[in-house]
Amino acid sequence: MSARQMTVAAFLVTLAALALLPFFGEKFTVQVFTKIMIMAILAMSLDLLLGYTGLVSFGHAAFYGAAGYALALLTPPYQAANFWTSLPAAVAASAALALVIGFFVVRTRGIYFIMVTLAFAQMLFFLFFDTKIAGGSDGIYIDVRPVAKIGAWQVFNLDNFVHVYYLALACLALTYWLLRTILRSPFGRVLAGIRVNEHRMLSLGYATFRYKLVCFVIAGAVAGVAGYLSAVQYGVVNPEMLGWHLSAALMMMVILGGMGTLAGPALGAAIWMLLELGLQSLPESGGVNFGKHWQLFMGAFIVLATLLLPRGLAGLAQVLRGRGQKRA
Amino acid sequence: MDFHTFLIQLLNGVQYGLLLFLVSSGLTLVFGIMGIINVAHGSFYMIGAYLAWSLTGGLGSFWIALPAGIAITLVIGLLLEVLVIRKLYDRDHLYQVLLTYGLILIFEELRSMIWGDDVRGVPIPEVLSASFPLTETQSYPVYRLWISAVCLVVAGLMVWVIQKTRLGMIIRAGSANREMVQSLGIDVRLVYRLVFATGITLAALAGMIASPVSAVFPGMGNQVLIVCFVVIVIGGMGSVKGAMLASLLIGLVDTFGKVLHLEIAGVKLLPELSSMTVYLLMAIVLLWRPEGVFGRRP
Amino acid sequence: MTRRRFERREFLKATALAGAGLAFPGLALAQGAKIKIGLMLPYTGTFAPLGVAIENGFRLALQEAGGKFGGREVEFFKVDDESEPAKATDNINRLVNRDKVDVVLGTVHSGVAAAMIRVTRESGTLHIIPNAGVGVATGALCAPNIIRTSFSNWQPGYGMGVALAQRKNIKSVVTITWRYAAGEEMVKGFKDGFAKGAGTIAKELWLPFPNVEFQPLLTEIAAARPDAVFAFFAGGGAAKFLRDYAQAGLKDKIPLTGTGFLTDGVLEAVGSAAQGVETALHYADSLNTRRDNEFRLAYAKTYKLQPDVYAVQGYDSGLLLAAGLKAVNGDASRKKELVAAMEKTTVDSPRGKWRLSKAHNPVQDIYLRKVSGRENKYSGVAVKALDDDPVAMAACKIG
Repeated sequence: MSARQMTVAAFLVTLAALALLPFFGEKFTVQVFTKIMIMAILAMSLDLLLGYTGLVSFGHAAFYGAAGYALALLTPPYQAANFWTSLPAAVAASAALALVIGFFVVRTRGIYFIMVTLAFAQMLFFLFFDTKIAGGSDGIYIDVRPVAKIGAWQVFNLDNFVHVYYLALACLALTYWLLRTILRSPFGRVLAGIRVNEHRMLSLGYATFRYKLVCFVIAGAVAGVAGYLSAVQYGVVNPEMLGWHLSAALMMMVILGGMGTLAGPALGAAIWMLLELGLQSLPESGGVNFGKHWQLFMGAFIVLATLLLPRGLAGLAQVLRGRGQKRA
Repeated sequence: MDFHTFLIQLLNGVQYGLLLFLVSSGLTLVFGIMGIINVAHGSFYMIGAYLAWSLTGGLGSFWIALPAGIAITLVIGLLLEVLVIRKLYDRDHLYQVLLTYGLILIFEELRSMIWGDDVRGVPIPEVLSASFPLTETQSYPVYRLWISAVCLVVAGLMVWVIQKTRLGMIIRAGSANREMVQSLGIDVRLVYRLVFATGITLAALAGMIASPVSAVFPGMGNQVLIVCFVVIVIGGMGSVKGAMLASLLIGLVDTFGKVLHLEIAGVKLLPELSSMTVYLLMAIVLLWRPEGVFGRRP
Repeated sequence: MTRRRFERREFLKATALAGAGLAFPGLALAQGAKIKIGLMLPYTGTFAPLGVAIENGFRLALQEAGGKFGGREVEFFKVDDESEPAKATDNINRLVNRDKVDVVLGTVHSGVAAAMIRVTRESGTLHIIPNAGVGVATGALCAPNIIRTSFSNWQPGYGMGVALAQRKNIKSVVTITWRYAAGEEMVKGFKDGFAKGAGTIAKELWLPFPNVEFQPLLTEIAAARPDAVFAFFAGGGAAKFLRDYAQAGLKDKIPLTGTGFLTDGVLEAVGSAAQGVETALHYADSLNTRRDNEFRLAYAKTYKLQPDVYAVQGYDSGLLLAAGLKAVNGDASRKKELVAAMEKTTVDSPRGKWRLSKAHNPVQDIYLRKVSGRENKYSGVAVKALDDDPVAMAACKIG
C-alpha cells in the first residue's frame, strides 16, 4: 500500500468506527465522543491559523463561544429555533466577529498577535460575563433545542443524543473535507507562503493582510460550527466557552497532534479530552486525592509535551518511520 | 460628582494603575531583555499574596513577611529559570506560551494543595491602618497611599539600575546583542537568570502589598495577567516608560468606568460595560500604533 | 465493568423479590436494592465549607432515620462541582447518565444549579436543591421532579425590604451586590419589599462576580449618604466587604443591612467589623426552640462543629427525602407517589415548620437577625409564612 492509500484506509476505518459507536456505547460514552468530535472540529479550525498560516491565536475560543451565544439569543424563550436558519446565522455571527477582530489583530505579528487575540477574546468574555445580555456569569440556556424540519417532515431530532452524535460526525467529516480543499487550492498555497516568509509574499505582490484576514474569518466560521453543536448538545452556553483556558487547551490539542496536519489536531483533541476524563477519575490514594488535583498532572503533561514533542504525534510518527526505514 | 468624590476616585485610579505597573514591569522586562513571554507571570502575583497571608500568620508580622516572601520568590525564580525557562530561549513564542501555561496549572494546583482554596484576608498593618478624613462620611485609607509610594520607589529604583549602573549597562547590551556581550567575557546566562527572578519577584511583591486590600483568592493571578497584556500592548513591549504610562491610563479608565454613568440613546453603557473599557482603549491604540505607544517599530 | 454487571444482577434480583414482596413485604424490604444518591456539591473553592455542611446535615438526617431511607441502604456518588457553571453539565451528566443515580442532591451555586436543572428535567431524576436560590428553579423551569429545600433568592431580600419599609427614619437606601443571578434576584426581592413603604432606592451599585475591589463603590456610598445600605455578598467576599465597610469609616454612620449570607460563616474572621449588622434569613442563631436545640446538640456531637444554615438545609433535604421514600417503601422508581408524598409533608425543621409550595419552594418564616458577638442573634420575624416571588410563581406551570 502506498502512503496515500494508507491515509485513505485509516480515514475510512476511523469513520466507520465512529459511525458504529452508538450501537455499542452507553449514553455517557456517546455523549463523550460527541464532545470529542466537536473539539476536533474546533482544533482543526485553529490548525488552519496555527499550523498552516503561522498565526498563533490565543483567543480562538471566542468564535466558538460566539456561535453558541448566537444560537441562545436566536432561540425564543421556551420555543424552538429553526435549525436550517439558526445554524447559518450562528456561523455568520462567528465569521463577522472574526472579521472585526481580525481587522485589528492581523496587522500585528509575533508576540503581539498572541497577546492581542487573547485580549480581544477576554473582552468578549467580559461582555457576556458582566452584562445581562445573555445570563451573565451563569450563562444562558437553550430551553428547547432547534427543530430540523423540512415542511412537516422532521429530518432529525436534536433532543435525541444519538442524532446529535451523527450530526457532529457529519460536520466533522465535512469540515475535514472543506479545510483540505481550501488548503490544496491556490489560496492555501499563498497561506503556506505567508507562513514561511511573509515579506517574500508581499514583494511578490500578494496582499498578505487580506489573505490572512480571510483565513482568520474562515477559521472563525468553522469554530462557529463547533460552538453551535456544543450549544445544541447540552443546551447550555456560558462565558467559559469564550475563555482563555479553552483557547490554551485548543493550542495544546493542535500541538499534541501535530501542527499543519489537520488529522493530527483532531486526534490531539481526542487524546486531550480522554486524558482530561481519565485524570479527573483518578482515585484517592495515600491521603492525596489525585482526581481532585488532576490539573497538576495536566500541567506537567503540557510542560513535558512542549519540551519533548514540539511537532506532536505526527512529528513523532515521522521520526519513528524514518528510523524504521533506515533499519530496513 | 463633587470635588471630594472626584479626588478620592482619582487616588483610587492612580493607586490601581501603579500596582498594575509593578506587575507588568516584570513581564515587560523579561520579554524586553530575554525575549521570553511568561504567561505564568500572573501566578506569581497570586503566590505573593498567599505568601503574605501565610507568612504574616506564621511569623506574626507583615513587615517580616515582606522580605521573607521576596527572598522565597527570588529563589523560586532562579530555580525555575534553571529547570525550564532556559530551555525556551531558542524556541518559538508559541511554545513559550504553552509551556508557561502548563506552569500556571501546576502553580494553581500546588497552591490548592499547600494553602487550600479558601478566600483569605491579610490584616492591614497597624501603623498604616488609619484613614485621612475628607468630609463627614468620606475618608481615604493611609494603606493605599503607602501602596502607591512603594510602587513609585520601585519604579525609580528600576530606572536607576537600568540607566545608571554597570549591571544595567550589561542588561541593555545583552538584550541588544547577546553574542557580543558574551564575547566580552560576561556571563549572559547569569544575567538572564537574575532578570527572570527579579521579574517574577516584582509580580510577587505586588501581590504581597496588595493582599491586605484585595483579599487572597484562587485564580487571582489570571485576572491581573490579562490586564498586564493590555498594558504591554498599549505601552509597547519591553518599554518600562510605556508600561508606566499605560498602567496609569488603565487604572484611571477602569476606576472611572466603574463609577461614571453613561447612557447613549437609552442604552446604558457605563458602568454596565466597565470591564470592557480597557480593551476598547487597546483597540484604539492598535489602530493608531500597532506596536504600542513606546514600542519599537518592527 | 464487573461492578456494573453485578449491580444489574442485583437489580434483577431485587425486582424479582419486589414482585414476591407483594406477598411477603418484610422480605422485599430486607433485600431491596440500595438507593443511589448523587451528591453534586462544592468540595473545593470559596463555597467548599457550604458543601461540607450540607452533606453533614444530610447524613445526620440519614443517621437519625437508622441509616436507611424507606428501609433501604443508601449508596453515595460524589462529584465536586467546584462552583463552576462551565463544568456543571459534564458533572451532572456523570451522575445521571454514567452512575445512573436515583436522586441528585445539589448544589450551592445558582449558576451550577441552573445547569443541573436542564439535565434533570430531561432525565426525570429526582433533584433536591439544598441551597441555590435561583428563581427559575421554582419558577419558569419548575418541574415535578425538582424540589428545593432552602429558599429562593427573592425571599430573604423581600424580608429585609419589608423590615426597612416599616422604619420611618429610613427614606433612602443604596443597594450593592455582585452582578449575577443571585445578587440581582435578592435586590429585586429587597426592592419589592421596600416598595411597601415610602422610601426610595437612591442608587444601585454592582460589581462583577466575584470581584472584591469595593473601594470605588464605597466612595460612592459615602458620597450618596443614604439612610441605610442593603448588601449581598457571600463567603470570602462578604468578609472582605464587612471589613472594608468598617475601614472606610461607614459602619457607625450608615447602618448596614443585607440578606443573611452577608454575615453567615464569616463572623469568626471579621470580628468587630460586623457588630450590629442586620440581616434577614430563614434561620438564625439562638432561635431557642426545642427542635432547634436538639438538632444543634446532635450536630455538634456528631461533627464536633457548630451547625449553620447550610447544615440545616442539608438536614431538611434528608428529612423530606426520608418522608417521601417511606411512603413508597424505598422504591425510588415510583416517582409520582414519591413526589406526592413529599408535597404533603410538613418538615419539622430546626428553622421552624415549613412545607413545599406548588412550585416546590419552601413556604417559610423569614427572621430578622442582628450580629452580636459571634452570633447572628434572632431579633424578630420579618415576614411569616412567606411564599416565593409572585412573578416567579406565575411562571411555573406545574401544580
